[in-house]
Amino acid sequence: VITFNVNGKAHSIDVDPATPLLYVLRNDLELNGAKFGCGLGQCGACTVIVGEGPVFSCLVPVMTVAGRNVRTVEGLGSAEKPGRLQQAFIEEQAAQCGYCIAGMIMRAQALLDTNASPSDADIRRHMQPNLCRCGTHMRILRAVRRAADAQGAAIAQAKS
Amino acid sequence: MTIGKQSVATFAGICVALAIAAGCAQRSPTEAMAAAPIRPDSTLVARGAALSSIGDCNVCHTTDDGPTFAGGRALHTTFGSIYATNITPDVDTGIGRWTAYDFQRAMKEGISRDGHQLYPAFPYDHYVHVTDDDVDAIYAFLMTRAPVHAKSPENSIVVARPMVAAWKALYFRRDPVIADSARSHEWNRGRYLVEGLGHCGGCHTPRDAFGGETTSQALSGGTVDAWHAPALDEHVAAPSPWTVDQMTAYLRTGFDEQHGIAAGPMAAVTRNLQQADADDVRAMAVYVVDRMGGHQRNAAPVVDVATRNGDQGAAIYESACAGCHDRAPRGIALDRSTTVTDVVPDNLIRITLDGIAPPDEQRGRIMPSFRGTFTNDQMTALIEYIRGRYGRIAAWPDAATTVEKLQRMSPENPS
Repeated sequence: VITFNVNGKAHSIDVDPATPLLYVLRNDLELNGAKFGCGLGQCGACTVIVGEGPVFSCLVPVMTVAGRNVRTVEGLGSAEKPGRLQQAFIEEQAAQCGYCIAGMIMRAQALLDTNASPSDADIRRHMQPNLCRCGTHMRILRAVRRAADAQGAAIAQAKS
Repeated sequence: MTIGKQSVATFAGICVALAIAAGCAQRSPTEAMAAAPIRPDSTLVARGAALSSIGDCNVCHTTDDGPTFAGGRALHTTFGSIYATNITPDVDTGIGRWTAYDFQRAMKEGISRDGHQLYPAFPYDHYVHVTDDDVDAIYAFLMTRAPVHAKSPENSIVVARPMVAAWKALYFRRDPVIADSARSHEWNRGRYLVEGLGHCGGCHTPRDAFGGETTSQALSGGTVDAWHAPALDEHVAAPSPWTVDQMTAYLRTGFDEQHGIAAGPMAAVTRNLQQADADDVRAMAVYVVDRMGGHQRNAAPVVDVATRNGDQGAAIYESACAGCHDRAPRGIALDRSTTVTDVVPDNLIRITLDGIAPPDEQRGRIMPSFRGTFTNDQMTALIEYIRGRYGRIAAWPDAATTVEKLQRMSPENPS
């Protein structure tokens, strides 16, 4: 039995410890935001946050997240109450088919968690591992920019 | 290409003492005059371009996102930072006023146009072996590039320039590379390029406590930017001997499926060598492979590959690595990789943490980054598993320590 925390909630799962984290999230916990894309760490559709950083959940055996905190796109908000990044992706209409978007958002979240005011170059560099086969990268970059600016404004307001 | 932080730190110490003994270190400035314009001799300029790519001028004198040769790239040391200078022909901020003589003196004596000592991060201890004709060709090439007005940041290094004169007294040797008549023209050409312009020893030769290359151990492996530059002599750690064909292809493409990929600073070196003269690159391969002397990994195979946390390491490998390295012929089979059998685990850990990526907007082989994905214990288990299972030799004694150090290190600033 492997115990770990997903979006603030503890789970104990009885699976083969070598099972990829992605399969446990989707099949056992029914968190279907993260997607299986390439299975090789080359597309980023499966990206979730483990601890502080983005990981390819299709490459990570679930045993390695025992006792650690996992965040998925479901933890950022809901259809009724989207989180800041989700809202920005909607406003920029950054999804076409949408398959890559959960991964894109989680990689972007990892950036916003550690960098309060990322430059456009920071965003481009950070988002580099995630691919969108529809080609909406420019909208995705704008959405991350929008969310970063919104977060920056919120921080500034909280300080004043 | 660069001197590691320890080296600079220690050479600073000795230089304080020696500078006093060495006395006058400032050399006279050359007469201030505008450089004569280069005649557009396309043969000379083209030869200079090809030679410049062997000398890797652009690697240090260009920032990640700046114009080529415009300088500004930092070399970080414990005593501060040195910034590569602008070597475009801009009159105010570059070498636009430099004469061919000024350029020769900088390349071969380590003296700038105004007479000040150049830090030996600039590898004039190798360039001294380059012929005057070749230096002139590189000068012609650089002086016909577009001038870029760009002032490099001020150095923050505390080693005063005059101390460099003392360093030179210890380490700077002008002894020419004399052709060995018993060897082929190709071998001699290769040695000339490897020892001189290519300055391979700048990374692949260990440096002593004062930052000088230990010439008695030339090409036996060194350290650069927290990467290990593997041995290119009989200490070579490759699981199979290199052939000249393999080495030539590796130097020109950055990859050989029997030995592995050029990573870290070597990636830029191999990208440059694509632009070099093909015969020159082959000559370098001839010389280096001869230095290796047909040797390969010199360690007894370990039959029992049981490793600490073997189960966890195997599970991570199967999940994260095998998809490319075993099941599909995308990545190198790791039982061929020098990185796995090298004397230290640093390169295997760094590649696992930071992956492989071509420069922005260029094509190239990729490997995903695993920085932050695994805990230090998990990463150590994986590294030890790969070493035992695919390297089939004894474990590195300090993999866990190195994992911890490299996990903390920022990949952008490995000092």
